[in-house]
Amino acid sequence: MSVRSWGNYPKVEHAAVIPLAWRHEALPKVGGTMLPSGLARSYGDSCLNEGGTLLATRGLDRLIAFDRTTGVLRCEAGMTLGQILALAAPVGWFLPVVPGTSYVTVGGAIANDVHGKNHHLEGTFGAHVRRFELARSDGTRIECAPPTEPALFRATIAGLGLTGLVTWAELRLKRIDSAMFDVETTRMDDLGHFFALTEASAGYEYNVAWVDALAKGKDLGRGLFIRARHSSVAIHPMPEAGARLAMPFDLPAATLNRHSVSLFNALYRARGSRGWQHTHEPYSKYLFPLDGIAHWNRMYGKPGFVQHQSVVPRTDAPLRVRAILEAVAEAGDASFLTVLKVFGDREGAGLLSFPRPGVTLALDLPMRGAATLELLERLDAIVRDAGGAIYPAKDARMSPETFRASFPRWEELERHRDPAFSSSFWRRVTR
Amino acid sequence: MSLQRVAIFGATSAIAQAVARQLAAKGVRLHLVGRDPAKLEAVRADIAARGSAGVSVTLADLDETARHAALVEEAEQSLGGAMDAALIAQGTLPDQVACEHDFALAEREILTNFVAPASLATHLANRFAPRGTGRIVAISSVAGDRGRASNYVYGSAKGGLSIFLSGLRARLNATGVGVVTVKPGFVDTPMTAAFKKGLLWAAPEKIAKGIVSAMEHGGAEVYLPWFWWPIMFAIRHLPEAIFVRLKI
Ligand SMILES: Cc1cc2nc3c(=O)[nH]c(=O)nc-3n(C[C@H](O)[C@H](O)[C@H](O)COP(=O)(O)OP(=O)(O)OC[C@H]3O[C@@H](n4cnc5c(N)ncnc54)[C@H](O)[C@@H]3O)c2cc1C
Repeated sequence: MSVRSWGNYPKVEHAAVIPLAWRHEALPKVGGTMLPSGLARSYGDSCLNEGGTLLATRGLDRLIAFDRTTGVLRCEAGMTLGQILALAAPVGWFLPVVPGTSYVTVGGAIANDVHGKNHHLEGTFGAHVRRFELARSDGTRIECAPPTEPALFRATIAGLGLTGLVTWAELRLKRIDSAMFDVETTRMDDLGHFFALTEASAGYEYNVAWVDALAKGKDLGRGLFIRARHSSVAIHPMPEAGARLAMPFDLPAATLNRHSVSLFNALYRARGSRGWQHTHEPYSKYLFPLDGIAHWNRMYGKPGFVQHQSVVPRTDAPLRVRAILEAVAEAGDASFLTVLKVFGDREGAGLLSFPRPGVTLALDLPMRGAATLELLERLDAIVRDAGGAIYPAKDARMSPETFRASFPRWEELERHRDPAFSSSFWRRVTR
Repeated sequence: MSLQRVAIFGATSAIAQAVARQLAAKGVRLHLVGRDPAKLEAVRADIAARGSAGVSVTLADLDETARHAALVEEAEQSLGGAMDAALIAQGTLPDQVACEHDFALAEREILTNFVAPASLATHLANRFAPRGTGRIVAISSVAGDRGRASNYVYGSAKGGLSIFLSGLRARLNATGVGVVTVKPGFVDTPMTAAFKKGLLWAAPEKIAKGIVSAMEHGGAEVYLPWFWWPIMFAIRHLPEAIFVRLKI
């Protein structure tokens, strides 16, 4: 059966996709290897298992308990962050960490130890997980929490689905006064301006910048800087979330080229002004702007696209980020969504967590074969040289060398791996 | 009608779970009946944690029709009053080929998919009729509209149920008690996990929306999604001589 990850690249076949419906049921017996699969919002091949089986967890979407006085929520691993927010936000609770889309399962958020625009304050998703149950292929079920199973707990967070199936998890939510956000946006002139704005915005809960990746020379790094806080003004009732538009089919691959992207970038940047522009937005609009367009990934057409998300240490970050942006602008490849953020000092919660102190840059590139792969390899070299890392959740092609340099403790994860679990990604990078 | 108390029989099916969630979100008190203790508990906890107005359960194998009277009684006791609506949702998808070779199997499927729902509907009807209120909503299927080679055991059970409900509806017409036959098309549930999905497939949430609306507003025969009505109209009216040659 063919299953696509978010980037539509690579395209691989699976022996079977088995939907799981009940958390207490034993794992299916399969011939080859298996891998849990949430909503396949990972971009590359970390959520794929070529020739093997995928365990589809979306049917595991039940709540188990939600204490509205303490904010502790226990749910099955296939529940999405969007489903949790829809229940919790109206009663004053919020997930401490969310990625840029709400279409992510709890299991997926744990397995990649995802981060959000508030990493500098809250760290990663795993830091707010109290415990979870792991179902292993030998039939055992292990409740993992830091005091009882510290090693397996840490290996499963950012464990890329390799340590077994997370059946349920218990999360700590945070109090909010309102489901609205107070958002401030301004134009960013260049990279230097980005660092100055980040510094000036340290008191804001959420910070992120969007970069016009086609800009070169003195304009390099120009874009929009957006900072936000949970609003303190309660507003009821809640506006409805969910997709309002949908991309019904793949666009021709040529639709996205440097001209269309350049036009988009100019229009997008025009939304910002010199000073700070203040808006008041529902959480779904501010945190998950792309969720409003279902299947927006289809705009890259049949060949799909690849994302490159790196983190480099803060010391010489300006230099390295500049080098990456220059390489991309030079290649003339149209990165449509380019995002820049400074990570805080908090350690990742997992053995292989991607976030670490430094500056992270994410960019999308349409897949154009060898030229794209070569460009990405050049970007990897810059990151490796800086002592940085590449994010597996977004990756479809990094070399085993880059992976090992990014995650020197990978062999510890290999030791915790369930022997019946594997992924296309894992086989590729541990070759 | 705004619903306050609803009982769901066969509460661990994917459609029933989706209905329960939507009702819980509307503040409806629920009583759930199911056979598998672990599954029933998973559904109960989910509904309770969603902040429902209250949820109770009874473990029962609905194939045991002798228990039905007591189950209906117990449902109203747990709900703390007369129910506004009951959903009859139990069902299985038989292995057609196995049933062809072993009629004992077919008989059990007909018990689960026709006899037991008909029995429940009768007990509910006899309780509701003297009050003159309440809605009985039962899940039949488009498969019951015509016997197909590929699943006529299931189809005939559902077809029998549809006709039973149609008669019950006529019987209760003057009382004010409503009887709704829900006929879903292809639903993407664990029961149909092995099938290849196409455009005609609908999510359980979508079917559940139609069912909740039938509980609130009544109806007679409801095709879900609606586009199955014209499709089944056409299929029902194909001459038998042509129909038997179709590979469906
Ligand atoms: C628009 C968009 C924006 C994004 N923004 C961000 C962002 O800001 N920050 C960020 O960190 N990421 C971001 N991501 C990436 C996304 O958050 C991760 O890829 C996430 O892990 C996807 O979750 P999923 O449920 O789709 O899991 P999948 O992609 O299906 O799987 C991801 C991994 O989780 C494992 N897994 C899934 N369920 C289980 C389970 N029950 N038990 C054990 N393992 C399991 C899988 O085996 C796989 O290794 C973004 C993605 C998109 C499409």
